[in-house]
Amino acid sequence: MAGYTEDELKEDLKQQDYKFGFVSDIESDKIQKGLNEDVIRLISSKKEEPNWLLEYRLKAFQIWKEMTEPNWAHIKYKKPEFQDIAYYSAPKQTKKYESWDDVDPEMKETMKKLGISMEEQKRLTGTAVDFVMDSVSVATSFKDKLNELGIIFCSFSEAVKEHPKLVKKYLGTVVPATDNFYAALNSAVFSDGSFCYIPKGVRCPMELSTYFRINEGGTGQFERTLVIADESSYVSYLEGCTAPQRDENQLHAAIVELIALDEAEIKYSTVQNWYPGDKNGVGGIYNFVTKRGMCHTRSKISWTQVETGSAITWKYPSCVLRGDYSIGEFYSVAVTNNYQQADTGSKMIHLGKGTKSTIISKGISSGKSHNSYRGLVQINKRAKNARNFTQCDSLLMTDTCGAHTFPYIECKNSSAQIEHEATTSKIGEDQLFYCQQRGLSEEKAIGLIVNGYCKEVLDKMPMEFAVEARKLLTLSLENSVG
Amino acid sequence: MNKLQNFRKNFNPTSIPLRKEMLTLSEEILKKNDFPTTKNEKWKYTRLGKLSRLSLEKSKDTSTIKKSSEKISEEAITIEIINGFVNTISDLPKGLIIKSLKDCSKKELAFLGENIHLENEVFHCLNSLYIQDGIYIEIEKDTKLKEEIHIVYNNLSINTFNPTRLYINSKSFSEANIVELFKSDGAENSFVNPVNEAVIHENAKLSITKIQNEEGNNFHIGSDTIYQKKDSFFKCNTITLKGQFIRNNIYVNINGTNCETHLNGAYLMDGKQHVDNQTKIDHFTPNCESHELYKGILDEKATAIFNGKVIVHPDAQKINAFQSNANVLISDDANVNSKPELEIYADDVKCSHGSTTGQLDENAIYYLRSRGISKRKAQAIVSQAFIKDVFSHIDSESSLSYIFKTLEKQHNWEFLD
Repeated sequence: MAGYTEDELKEDLKQQDYKFGFVSDIESDKIQKGLNEDVIRLISSKKEEPNWLLEYRLKAFQIWKEMTEPNWAHIKYKKPEFQDIAYYSAPKQTKKYESWDDVDPEMKETMKKLGISMEEQKRLTGTAVDFVMDSVSVATSFKDKLNELGIIFCSFSEAVKEHPKLVKKYLGTVVPATDNFYAALNSAVFSDGSFCYIPKGVRCPMELSTYFRINEGGTGQFERTLVIADESSYVSYLEGCTAPQRDENQLHAAIVELIALDEAEIKYSTVQNWYPGDKNGVGGIYNFVTKRGMCHTRSKISWTQVETGSAITWKYPSCVLRGDYSIGEFYSVAVTNNYQQADTGSKMIHLGKGTKSTIISKGISSGKSHNSYRGLVQINKRAKNARNFTQCDSLLMTDTCGAHTFPYIECKNSSAQIEHEATTSKIGEDQLFYCQQRGLSEEKAIGLIVNGYCKEVLDKMPMEFAVEARKLLTLSLENSVG
Repeated sequence: MNKLQNFRKNFNPTSIPLRKEMLTLSEEILKKNDFPTTKNEKWKYTRLGKLSRLSLEKSKDTSTIKKSSEKISEEAITIEIINGFVNTISDLPKGLIIKSLKDCSKKELAFLGENIHLENEVFHCLNSLYIQDGIYIEIEKDTKLKEEIHIVYNNLSINTFNPTRLYINSKSFSEANIVELFKSDGAENSFVNPVNEAVIHENAKLSITKIQNEEGNNFHIGSDTIYQKKDSFFKCNTITLKGQFIRNNIYVNINGTNCETHLNGAYLMDGKQHVDNQTKIDHFTPNCESHELYKGILDEKATAIFNGKVIVHPDAQKINAFQSNANVLISDDANVNSKPELEIYADDVKCSHGSTTGQLDENAIYYLRSRGISKRKAQAIVSQAFIKDVFSHIDSESSLSYIFKTLEKQHNWEFLD
C-alpha cells in the first residue's frame, strides 16, 4: 500500500465501525425500569443478600437522592434518565456451572467473538478468567489452583455469601457512597462484580482477569470490584470491557476499590473497548467509573489502561498514598474517534512520608472527538520528601478534534518535588519526512510514530494484554498503526 | 440580603457618562449574584470571605491633595492616582493623549467596556458601576514613545473601596512602554480594584510592567483585558513584591494573524501573603505565538496560585503556545497550587506547558557555603538566580532598579550584575 496517503487515512478513520457490535440472544432476567427503594430491596433479595448489605444500599440510595449530577467535566451529553433504566439484568439460568461444558453455547460464542475464548485462555495463557456478563459472573476458572494458595477470586455476590467478614470490613472504605453522584448510585444498585483477596506473603502465580460485557439493551451496568492484597502479597489483575452495538446510550457506573496493605503490590490493567457509538455519534456507552486504590506503608498500586471505547468516558483512577514510602503509578493511552468524548486522568493524594507517584498519560484524538486529561497531584503537609512526575501528551489527528489538559497541582510541603509537563501537537511533518526519507511509506511512518508514542504505556501492560491492547489501537486507528 | 448586596449598599452609581447598556447589564448581574466562593472553579483556591465581610465606604475625592509619592524615575511621563482619583499628570509629548475619564468625550468613553466580559465577572461589574475616576491613554498612529509612561497608584485610605479604570488605545504602528506601580502608604482594610483594557491595533507594540509593592492589610483584585489585532505585540510582566491579598486576572484575546504575546510573572511572598495569578489566552486566528513564564519563591505561610489557560479555537492553525510555572517553597507552611491548562481545537499546533515545585538546589547552596558564604546569603544568591530570568524580560531600566532596590531592602539581597 505504498500509495496510501494521509487523506485516505483520514477517510478510513471516519468510517471506522465498531467491530464488536453484535447482540447475544440470551434470555435474561430483567426487572422493571425505574429506581426506588423497592427496586433496591428486590435486587438485594434476588441476590439473597444479608441485611447489612441491604442497609448499606439503602443508605447509599438516600445519599444519592440528595446529590446532583456533576457537570464540571469537559464533556457534553444528554443526561441519562435514571428512572428509565432497568437496574438488574442477569442471564436467566443463574445456576452454577460445574464445568466449562455446562455453559450456554451461545454465551461461549459471545466470548469467542470477543477474542477471549475460555478454552484458548485456559490452554495458552494460564489466566484465570472471571467472566461477567450482564452483571452476573458466569464462569470462574482455575479456582482450585488459586484455592491451594488461599487466594479468593470469585464473583462479588459469592464473596458476600462466603466471606462476609472481609467484604464488610473493606467495602466502601476506599470509595465511600458519599464520594460522588455515580459512586452513590453504584453503591445503591450494584449488581455484581469481582472480589479478590490475596493472603499474607502470597505472590499470585497468574494474572487474574475479568471480562465485563454489557448485553441487554436499556440496562445499566453497575459493577463493583474489590481487590485486597494483604501484607507483602502481589497480584496482577486484568479487566477488559466490551459492549454490543445499540442505539440508545447505555450507562455504566462502576466502582473499583483496591487495598494494598503493608508492602503489598497491586497491578491493575484495563482494556476498555465499550461501544463508542456509530460514526454519527448515535448511541454508545456512558462510562462513569470511580476507581481508587489505598496504599499502606511501602506498598505499590499501579494502574495501566488502554481506552479506546465509550461515547463518554469520565474516569480518574486514583491512588491515596496513605502509608509512608508507598508508590502510586498511572499509565494510560486514551484514543477517541468520531464523536467520542473522554475526560480522564488520575489523582495522586500524597499523605505519607517519602511517597512517590508517576503519571504518564497519552491521548490520541481523531474525527470530531474530544479528549481531556484532568489530573490532581496533592502533596499534603505530612508528606515529607514526596515526589511526583507527570507527563501528559496529546496527539491530534484531524483539525476537527480537540485535546485538552487540566492539571491541578497542590503542594503544602516544602520538601516535595513535583514536575508536570504536557505537550499537544500533531504528528510532526519533520518526523514524517525523516522516516519517509529513509524509505518508509507514509502509512508505515505514521504507524511507527504512533506506536513509539504509546510505547511507554504499552510496555507496562502484562504480555497477554499488551497484545490485545495493540490490536485495539490498530482497530481504533486502523491503517495508522503499522 | 446576600453579602454582595450588603457590600454594594454604600455606593452610588458612577457619575461618568459610560455606555448605558454596560451599566444596566452590570447592575442586573450584580443583583443576581453573590461574591464567588471556592465552589467556583475560577476561585477554587482564593477565599473572599474576609473581603465580603468588610463594610467599606466610597473613597473621597483626593484630586486636590498635594502629596507626591515615590517615583520610579524622574524622566518618565508620570501619572499619579490616589485612592482611585487622578491626582497629577505630567507634561505630554507629541502623539500621546492622556486624560482623566472625567475629561473624556462621549466618543472616547464609548470605547470603555467594549471587550470586557461582565457575565460571571462580579468585579468587572462592580468596577464599571462604581468607578469615580480613571485614565484614558491614546498613543497615536506611528508614534514611537521614547519615554516610558509611569502610573503610580497610591492607596492611602482606610476602609474604602477604590475602583479605577485604565483604557489604553494603541493605534497602528505605535510603540509604548507602560509601568504601573501599586503602593499603599498607610492604607488599611482597603479594596483596590483596577480594571485595565487595551486595544492594540495593527503592527502596534505595547508592554506593561506591573510592580505590586503594597503594605498593610489590603485587598487587590485587578484585571487586564487585551484585544490584539493583526501583527501586534503585547507583553505583560507582573512582579509581586509584597501584598496581603493579590489577585491578577489577565485575559488576552488574539484576533489577528502574526501576533506575539508574552506574559511573565514573578512573585516573592512571605508572612501570610496571598497571590493568585490567573491568565487566559484565546487564540482565535492562525500563525500566532504566545509565551508564559511565571516563577515564584514562597516563604513562611505564604500562598501562591497559578492558573494559566491557553485556548486554541477551531481553525487557529500554526499556533505555538508555551506555558511554564516554577515554584520554590522555602518553608513547610507555604502553599502552592498550580493549574496550567490547555484547550485545543485545532490540529496543526505546538503547545506545551510545564509546572514544577521544589526547593532551592542544596548542592548549589553547599557549594557557596563551602566558600565561606553564610547560609542566608547563599540562599539569596540561589533564589536570585532562579527568579532572574523573569526580570530579564523587563525592558524598563528604571523599574528594574526599583525592583532590585526593594528586594535588597525586603530580603537583604545583594544584586551582583
